[in-house]
Amino acid sequence: MKSFKEYIAYPYGLWMLIFIAVPLLVVVWFSFLSNPDFKAGVYTFTLDNYQEFMDPVYLELLYRSFLYAVIATVICFIIAYPLGNLIISLPGHRQNLMIVLMIIPMWVNFLLRTYAWMVLLSGSGLISQFLGMLGFQDVSLLYTQSAVILGMVYNFFPYMLLPIYTSLKKIDPDLLRAATDLGANHFQMFVKIKLPLSLPGIVSGSMMVFMPAVSTFVISNLLGGGKYMLVGNLIEQQFLTLNNWNFGSAISMVLMTIIFLVLGIARLITGKELDTGGQLL
Amino acid sequence: MKKIFRNLAFGLILLFLYAPILVLIVYSFNDSKIMGPWAGFTLKWYVMLFQDRYILQALYYTLIIAVVATTVSTIVGTISALGIYRMRSKLKRPYLLLNNIPVLVPDIVMGITLMSLFIFAGMKMGLTTIIIAHITFCIPYVILAVLPRFNRLPENIFEAALDLGATPRQAFWKVLFPEILPGVTSGALIAFTLSIDDFVISFFTAGNGVSNLSITIYSMAKAGINPKINALSTIMFGCIMVLLILINIRSEKGIKHIQ
Repeated sequence: MKSFKEYIAYPYGLWMLIFIAVPLLVVVWFSFLSNPDFKAGVYTFTLDNYQEFMDPVYLELLYRSFLYAVIATVICFIIAYPLGNLIISLPGHRQNLMIVLMIIPMWVNFLLRTYAWMVLLSGSGLISQFLGMLGFQDVSLLYTQSAVILGMVYNFFPYMLLPIYTSLKKIDPDLLRAATDLGANHFQMFVKIKLPLSLPGIVSGSMMVFMPAVSTFVISNLLGGGKYMLVGNLIEQQFLTLNNWNFGSAISMVLMTIIFLVLGIARLITGKELDTGGQLL
Repeated sequence: MKKIFRNLAFGLILLFLYAPILVLIVYSFNDSKIMGPWAGFTLKWYVMLFQDRYILQALYYTLIIAVVATTVSTIVGTISALGIYRMRSKLKRPYLLLNNIPVLVPDIVMGITLMSLFIFAGMKMGLTTIIIAHITFCIPYVILAVLPRFNRLPENIFEAALDLGATPRQAFWKVLFPEILPGVTSGALIAFTLSIDDFVISFFTAGNGVSNLSITIYSMAKAGINPKINALSTIMFGCIMVLLILINIRSEKGIKHIQ
């Protein structure tokens, strides 16, 4: 392959510098500037934006984003892990069919999937009607915390299932049989063999759910009705409504730091690059 | 007993995944603006959908953006993957690091950084900025799909073809390209789906004049429930199903052909 030279990748290198590296640096730089008197062109270098974020109002918002994302991740795991095991127990071709069936909803536009839950959860929606028949009158589940978390679980569930399924599928069934033959009971076999071997899948699945969940602003806006602001909503608001780009940039930096910390921890646990279990295609 | 439990579990999870979509489809034929009890069959939401110029224009923009972004990112991504494959490791590492940023960084951060750049550079927000943004987040996925294909190739496959009398053009299209084609196809498919489905990055880089389907759905949904969206989702879901069935038939034919 010596006929091909590395310089054919240089144009893309330039593209990455202009549209990936420079914009990130611009936002980092913005986050350290402030313009307290709103005079044109008068900016000072400061840590004020980060200090402003230390306000309890914003910290609570950060805590809420983190909490919702963790809850959504845990729920996805609790459903996906046993489900992955059940799928593994199917014969080969039915396994593929089942996985395809689980992925098809992902092909529906993300906004439409979220909107579908607005319809289901609304005051006149099916779920409220059903609850009404059971004697609970006028229950609207839309615009509640549960609706936001439900939206996260629904939208990101396949991201958890796929890596878990792939890592379970990689386990040699003979290993599990050997463990039971050698006297391990079902629980020991699970804790000592199956769980550690499927850990990489669990970790990457959790990352793939946690990251979009912690940074979303669409789900909280549509299913939470704007009542439960998350970090994503705050960033959107600072950039598009309040035009305070400096504060918005600082919040983005905080969000990125959290995500890279979590990624670092994930890498420590699995000891290698994340395995996403193949693409969703 | 175990089988009953297993099927029950599958049934429940499929119900959870499909119920919202099915409800949308059913209500798209309901003759009532509220999603309450059934008020009779109608096609009026579909008629209204096709009279809505905003939605039709958004559909047009979505497709234009996806086609341009997919074409450009597949070509540039494949060529760059070849270059990266040939790179010394000193240069390779920063390349792959930069390439991974759009994959790892949350969409909202990609959106605001690109928006800041465009405004900073004095560019007018519109179709160009959205397409640039889409190309930027699509190329990394193409490279991630194509690069492993190059890594798996025998070291001197291209030169071997030349030695055996192929012209460089023949050696590329008849020997090298078929080897990497599966990676290129899946890269292009990923790019196309990502572009069609993207909301967040488009939302920040679109400005006022241009909007894609996701942005249109978002602004309609923010105002509350709207039966026109139901009709739109039914059509989109129908297209996906037809596409999947076609792919399925084709791949089954392919398997039979091989057998």
